[in-house]
Amino acid sequence: MSTYLGMPSRRVQEPSSPIQGVRDFPAAARQALGDSVLRRNLGHATSVIRGKRAAVVGEVPDWEALRDSAEAIKTETMARLPELLEQLEANVTAAGGTVHWARDADEANRIVTELVRATGETEVVKVKSMATQEIGLNEHLEDEGITAYETDLAELIVQLAEDQPSHILVPAIHLSRTEIREVFATRMPGVDPLLTSEPRALAMAARTYLRELFLRAKVGVSGANFAVAETGTLTVVESEGNGRMCLTLPETLITVMGIEKVLPRWRDLEVFLQLLPRSSTGERMNPYTTFWTGTTGHTEGTTGPDGPKEFHLVLLDNGRTDVLADEVGRAALHCIRCSACLNVCPVYERTGGHSYGSVYPGPIGAILSPQLTGLTGDSVNDSLPYASSLCGACYDVCPVKIDIPSILVDLRARHVEAQQSRTGLRVPSPEAVAMAAAAYVMRDEKRFAAATRSMRWGRPFMKDGHLRGPLSSVMTGWSSSRDVPTLPDQTFREWWAERESGGHGG
Amino acid sequence: MRIALFVTCLADSLFPEAARATVTVLERLGHEVVFPTAQTCCGQMHTNTGYQGHALGLVEHHVTTFERALDEGAEAVVAPSGSCVGSVRHQHAMVARRAGDEALAQRAERVAEQTFELSELLVDRLGVTDVGASFPHRVTYHPTCHSLRMLRVGDKPLQLLREVRGIDLVELPAADECCGFGGTFAMKNADTSTAMLSDKVTHVRETRAAVLTAGDASCLMHMGGGLRHQRTGVRTMHLAEILASTDGAGAVS
Repeated sequence: MSTYLGMPSRRVQEPSSPIQGVRDFPAAARQALGDSVLRRNLGHATSVIRGKRAAVVGEVPDWEALRDSAEAIKTETMARLPELLEQLEANVTAAGGTVHWARDADEANRIVTELVRATGETEVVKVKSMATQEIGLNEHLEDEGITAYETDLAELIVQLAEDQPSHILVPAIHLSRTEIREVFATRMPGVDPLLTSEPRALAMAARTYLRELFLRAKVGVSGANFAVAETGTLTVVESEGNGRMCLTLPETLITVMGIEKVLPRWRDLEVFLQLLPRSSTGERMNPYTTFWTGTTGHTEGTTGPDGPKEFHLVLLDNGRTDVLADEVGRAALHCIRCSACLNVCPVYERTGGHSYGSVYPGPIGAILSPQLTGLTGDSVNDSLPYASSLCGACYDVCPVKIDIPSILVDLRARHVEAQQSRTGLRVPSPEAVAMAAAAYVMRDEKRFAAATRSMRWGRPFMKDGHLRGPLSSVMTGWSSSRDVPTLPDQTFREWWAERESGGHGG
Repeated sequence: MRIALFVTCLADSLFPEAARATVTVLERLGHEVVFPTAQTCCGQMHTNTGYQGHALGLVEHHVTTFERALDEGAEAVVAPSGSCVGSVRHQHAMVARRAGDEALAQRAERVAEQTFELSELLVDRLGVTDVGASFPHRVTYHPTCHSLRMLRVGDKPLQLLREVRGIDLVELPAADECCGFGGTFAMKNADTSTAMLSDKVTHVRETRAAVLTAGDASCLMHMGGGLRHQRTGVRTMHLAEILASTDGAGAVS
């Protein structure tokens, strides 16, 4: 690919996989934190969405009850997953669709490629989908000579810029409209060179470009927000209507869906269709909700021109079964990809999505990505559970009540356990040594009291809030931006002992 | 009421004034404070950094220490920290169960049920909001994440502060956003932590308060470290210190 001067792509290196980056979080974040345009774009966008969400959630008197229902439905779904997936398969098949099972990303990519090949087409139009991002479908299709066109406005921007999405819902959140205008002007075929950065002008340019694709394409590729086991119905919710075009105009529709997206009953949608739009875009109801069951003409009353003549559902595992096997971590599979946790996260707001190195950024990404790739003790994704101050803002807004902070804490323990089993007889990390030493001291009050008393020996090394001597290099991370506290003359327990012995009145 | 003080390792060693103030407030209200000297640390740092194996020994030590205090007549345990109480209440039993020690988990649950953060104890258990304090200064209050979202203390600290004589209490913009401390997060992700701290310091300065207060010595150490580093002249004081204060009481009353 050629590089245009001034192209606003912030991608640094090819990611090692769509769900695992090449640099650990602290290193990636350090770079992002220094990008003033990114900081401004993100700070503005997340605060606007946070405000909208808070306003529309506040209107719903039974919001907490809805969250409880959603959590219960998801818990039930996970407990019955194999049975529900088979029921879904039977009902999709009965309605004229074909169901394919994909163990991992490679298998899913191969299945989709073969299905497109069988149509004789060399291009597909795409509905915004996280599952196809997760498996790197577009890149795979490109290698196989098939062009995939993203049609969601923000995904289109990211694709044209040859950038990476940085948010689950707003993939181009890291770009300003001036930057987007630059992408369109240099990369969009047939665009008016006098294009301005007015949102309406940008939207109209995309509309003209996409309209032709919609009318031309014979194959559509989508993800799914929900699939109803008892009816075999698939659902996509969106704001633009571009998804509706892809789902209804092409003759062949291929849907790639993570296995956790299934719901037992049609009426379960009542809960999720209330929670999702308010949590994600801050809308009371999303403008477009598309349902389809199998193929057109197969079921009575669906003989019209809408809907696919051929429908394939690819059920994707890609590590989900392993996540399901973990009693604590499995709640990460409850996620409905609303991205409310990203928008409230003080870490995400400052570091942006690319720092997480995965198409799943933010708090949900920090618990999902390392579970999908596996915690090995030394992988890049092992750094993600630590990319949080455990402030808990994510848990409060999660519409399905995923206790993200508790899962982060559990994953940290799994990381240390994996590291310990890798280390074996080799020398443990300085951190592990320090933690073991601290635990040894703190398990006994005499050792603890002696240790806190002896901290005063450190006084010559701590002056006016600055560290000197050997500690200064170890503590650089702290003391470069914060003064160290002054050591007290007396610990509390010394004061208490003196008071008890009548030393002073207290 | 006989109340056992869970001092927290940080207040014991680095911020004893917060712990002494807690004793002062409770004794002024006529309660008996006992200090089980066997206590050390609740193990939160180990738990939150992934070292649950090491945390287990500390949890057991904490539970043994405070169940003895309860057996010996203490009716409640109090700590001047939302974070450490949060760990006792939401993590101790979890650490025990993860290690397969159900008996310890149940003992931990009993201790946790009787353990309160200072504002919870004062407002909920003891039913007071006016603790007889006087502090004629401009103050802003930062609700720490664990007191706000783990313990749900809500506006209890503010109810207490509003009753302090002479206080000029000003609202902190974006108060409920994390200051960036997060225990070892401040070391492991020092750059991100600093970016969060920087915004918190900006908001504190916007209030033109002389004193920033909170219910956790750890968060105050972080924010205070940033405020001093930038030579802002803003002091940090634990909530307990303001509640213990009788500054200028004569002039006000």
